Amino acid sequence: METKNKLERRATARKIMRDLGILPVLVVIILLFTLLTPNFMSTNNIVNILRQASINIVLAVGMTLVILTGGIDLSVGSILATTAVIGVMTSLNPALQWGTVLFPILAGLLMGLVNGALVAYVKLPPFIATLGTMTTIRGLSYLIPDGTTVINNNLNFAWIGNDYLGPIPWLVVIALLVVILTWFLLRKTVLGVRIYAVGGNVQAARLTGIKVGFVLMFVYGMTGLLCGLGGVMTASRLYSASGLLGNGYELDAIAAVILGGTSVVGGIGSVVGTLFGALIMAVLNNGLTLMNVSFFWQMVIRGIVIILAVTIDKFRTKRTA
Amino acid sequence: MPNETNDVILSVRNISKGFPGVQALSSVSLEIRRGEVHVLMGENGAGKSTLMKLLAGVYEPDGGEIILNGESVKMENPLKAQKLGVNLINQELNIAPSLTVAENVFMGNEPGRFGLIDRAYMAKKSAEALAKLGSSFPVDALAGTLSIAEQQQIEIARSIVHDGKILIMDEPTAALSDRETERLFELILSLRSKGMAIIYISHRLAEVSIIADQVSVLRDGAFIGTLRKPNLDNAEIVRMMVGRSLTDFYKHEVSGERIEGRLEVKGLTDGKRVKPTSFRAAGGEILAISGLVGSGRTELARLIFGADKKTGGDIFLDGKKAAIETPGDAIRYGIGYVPEDRKSLGLFLEMSGHENITMNVMGSTSTAGVLSGRKNDAITRTAIDRLRIRIASPRTIALSLSGGNQQKLLLARWLEIKPKAIILDEPTRGVDVGAKSEIYKLIGEIASQGVAVVFISSELPEVVGIAQRVLVMRDGGIVAELMDKKDITQETIMAYATGVEPPQSAFAANR
Repeated sequence: METKNKLERRATARKIMRDLGILPVLVVIILLFTLLTPNFMSTNNIVNILRQASINIVLAVGMTLVILTGGIDLSVGSILATTAVIGVMTSLNPALQWGTVLFPILAGLLMGLVNGALVAYVKLPPFIATLGTMTTIRGLSYLIPDGTTVINNNLNFAWIGNDYLGPIPWLVVIALLVVILTWFLLRKTVLGVRIYAVGGNVQAARLTGIKVGFVLMFVYGMTGLLCGLGGVMTASRLYSASGLLGNGYELDAIAAVILGGTSVVGGIGSVVGTLFGALIMAVLNNGLTLMNVSFFWQMVIRGIVIILAVTIDKFRTKRTA
Repeated sequence: MPNETNDVILSVRNISKGFPGVQALSSVSLEIRRGEVHVLMGENGAGKSTLMKLLAGVYEPDGGEIILNGESVKMENPLKAQKLGVNLINQELNIAPSLTVAENVFMGNEPGRFGLIDRAYMAKKSAEALAKLGSSFPVDALAGTLSIAEQQQIEIARSIVHDGKILIMDEPTAALSDRETERLFELILSLRSKGMAIIYISHRLAEVSIIADQVSVLRDGAFIGTLRKPNLDNAEIVRMMVGRSLTDFYKHEVSGERIEGRLEVKGLTDGKRVKPTSFRAAGGEILAISGLVGSGRTELARLIFGADKKTGGDIFLDGKKAAIETPGDAIRYGIGYVPEDRKSLGLFLEMSGHENITMNVMGSTSTAGVLSGRKNDAITRTAIDRLRIRIASPRTIALSLSGGNQQKLLLARWLEIKPKAIILDEPTRGVDVGAKSEIYKLIGEIASQGVAVVFISSELPEVVGIAQRVLVMRDGGIVAELMDKKDITQETIMAYATGVEPPQSAFAANR
């Protein structure tokens, strides 16, 4: 009995290690910047980093769900731009003030469901389906505001991007809430287990009576919805929106997910890992900027860190396995 | 044998190999002779594959020596072993599907000069080797378009072009149909007559009597013994493998009352591979469906379970018609299905034993979609005890379990839905001998609870060993029903399955 408990504890410990995953890398990077730049550890700067990370965290959480099922969503940046535009344009109509947050989120959900339907029922490979919607929706983000930037200096949801809950910006509060709720979804609900099951073995999932189509619709729909939320967050910060927003955000989100230790073939990963992954990206951006490293070198370094971190992680998990 | 010692081409003396935490082989000795098939048997984990990998240069031994043609040799890597004439064909074939046959035959040893490849030579040599094997496919075909059996022939051709003396085959028939297996045996016997030494690793007793000249048995990394023709006795081999006798092997008990008409299938068909098929299975009965691979057994099972689309026919449970369109429907009506290929169709390998067991019931034990940890934990603990699943912790992932314990996870998952009928498709495939015996016992226990057990198997000894009634399928339809114990023999089943015996009059429509 005692050995059984010990083994069980060891299995739990291994699981915690797997969930922590990339955290040690994050800690090392933070320590490095703390030593190299005096202002890095100031409260102000930490709040800054978290705020800069918040939108990528929200997108990357959605991306985690999609990648856990073995898919990918390239359209997140485009959905973010389109929904941001929808939010600001709604706010310009005095009769629709109640819908300024609701409309973009529903529009995001709708676009996500289109992705879901293409993957689940038309059975297109996720890469192809979302490559198509990425371009199409990007086009919409320019067409809807007629190629212009829509501006509203009296946004009724400007508090989201600019106000604080105590010392913490609302953007950060929202991002953390999204992480916590998704963690609960994945770890504590039947649907969560089924998301892992579909990614781990889709054939077995089908033969176990899991409605695979529903699970896929859910993850893509949820990602779309979170992109809509990201659109609201972006617009509220900028008091404006245009089709230029969110270019390349899909790659940042994917990088955060991969850094977080989620397997690209699906079935393995956690949203906590993704949070750490997104923080690594944000800390790097911030720290390198403080050190006056040029933007071009920042890109080079970011790319190398992604490769290094995942390589280290690969060796680490190999040893424990 | 006039001069036995001269026939010895390879001998292994007191060879040992350990991995962190396990002694895989301890002081094993073996003699391999020219022109003989040496079958190596043992349960999973007995050390067969480790021994073969030592011979093929994949691992290096910790102690002992390998003597080839009277000289002590070191197999430092697979290339060295290949140069010395030792070739290993793994269970997972080493074939690049997008390359041609000739390219595959010479993979890693492409002939040519200055980095330019000599394709004409490659094609010629490959064609010669394949001709020796009697293969019928062209050398410029893409390997991926060939069957598993043909891909295996490519691997054998590889050893021929390299003038191999010793061919090691690790469970080569695992993925072959019966006809392909026969063909492979012919091939092995013809290589043997040409003087090649063949080391053949297998689980299957039935294969021993056909091809073996010698049988060696390993158990727990130790050498148990070698039997030579004509002293190859199946019962003795099993006793050596498991350390107990064959009569206990199929032992299982079915008690409790029969519940007639638990599962009834009427005219079920998919319009393609399954002809309109009808049968009944009683609760408390073990009904075997036998037949050759490709006779439509698995397809029938999938139709009953709603995994494939039916074009006609009805299913009844306890006399009530069940509208089954999807696996979800089948589960709601109380039908369980343990699929043939547990790794690709059944298990979630990266998920825990706990999650694998509770996958089907977590929905009903949950409150508003939130998992009930307490209820699910209790289910898992009970199942692990009841099915005697050997698992370090409920959190251990399915991937790390042995074949037998993986199969028990699946059985546990399906028993949790409290099925009225359960279809077990090849439940002992790839499961070691000890765990097989336990699974037979479990099948008996399941039937005793009033479940109609439909048991699909191509291993005739186990069909004969545990079935109370047998349906034989051929070309997508049932051709015979064997009800009496005296009719349930390997010979009768085979006669109906192959068409030697015409279908029974009740099934004349399937003629």
